[in-house]
Amino acid sequence: MAHIKVEENIPGIRSLVLFRPETGKPLYDLAQVLLRGPSSLSEAERELIAAYVSYRNECIFCMSSHAAAARCLYGPDKNLVDEVLHDMQQSGASDKLKALLHIAGKVQVLGREVTPEDIAAARMLGADDREIHDTVLIAAAFSMFNRYVDGLASFTPTDPAVYEAMGERMAKGYVLPASPEPK
Amino acid sequence: MPYIPLEQHLPGITGLLEYSKETAAPIRELTQILLRGPSTLTEGERELIATVVSHRNQCTFCTTAHTAAANILLGEEETSARVKQDIITAPVSEKMKALLTIAAQVQQSGKSVTTESVQKAKEAGATDIEIHDTVLIAALFCLYNRYVDGLATVTPTDPAFYKGLGERLNNNGYNRLPQGYEHLKK
Repeated sequence: MAHIKVEENIPGIRSLVLFRPETGKPLYDLAQVLLRGPSSLSEAERELIAAYVSYRNECIFCMSSHAAAARCLYGPDKNLVDEVLHDMQQSGASDKLKALLHIAGKVQVLGREVTPEDIAAARMLGADDREIHDTVLIAAAFSMFNRYVDGLASFTPTDPAVYEAMGERMAKGYVLPASPEPK
Repeated sequence: MPYIPLEQHLPGITGLLEYSKETAAPIRELTQILLRGPSTLTEGERELIATVVSHRNQCTFCTTAHTAAANILLGEEETSARVKQDIITAPVSEKMKALLTIAAQVQQSGKSVTTESVQKAKEAGATDIEIHDTVLIAALFCLYNRYVDGLATVTPTDPAFYKGLGERLNNNGYNRLPQGYEHLKK
């Protein structure tokens, strides 16, 4: 049960933003601009960074939902998502994406863990300033979202089908929910 | 030196928020609501939560900036220093001790927050919204601290810089300055 009186059986962050829509709005706006706004990283890649950080933070709700969104966006290449979550370095991700995921993994631990060598390695593989910025901010943002979702012990569904449907909705974008039931 | 090109006259978080204004807008809005919006927690109490989390994330820029903001709001410097040393013996209410304890657990991981610590906060009079906001402020500073240090932004060492920043935060809150930041160029 959640630590505060949110509506029961509403999963994860949805229950929290319905409890406090004032803060929910900028939270959803941030997810939308970071994960769906203009970027040279694809939406699928950005969702994968989100899922990877959530996995490392052991946030089952965020990991499962963003992995589902990433699978949906990767389409025929969806196996990459599970490969990365299983063993990032051995996965079929491009070397550039691996270097960015490596930076995201450092950010997940702590900001000061990121070294000039990590950044140089990503640049050598073609990452530009904006991609490095976006990777760090996505990883930092999910260090927030994960703590929000688990810190208040919001409801975490266990049925994979629930996340599959969630991922399909999320792939279309992040809009603040106005009611407990998804449209 | 920062890992990406940022305006030299805007150290710490400000240079990042100006580098990426699209992402800065919701981050600023969220911070303004949480730290300056209507709340039964005082602005000083909310700045203490930001201070404790930043300190535990070893983010010198954020810790020094929010310590300065808290000191101005509280009118003294002892409380912010003591909550960083030890929450339990710090000169704050039992409710604040319980909320700061929750914030410290959030700093470690969302999963570290215990039912017992939440129960203790409720017994000390904390409302659901206060607990919610404490968790979200702590989580938000886990974002800020990682953003600021993860891109190696400049951390000024002159205390006068933070005094000025603390005053700016207390006068303008967390919204982008209407006139921008060009006037801070020396």
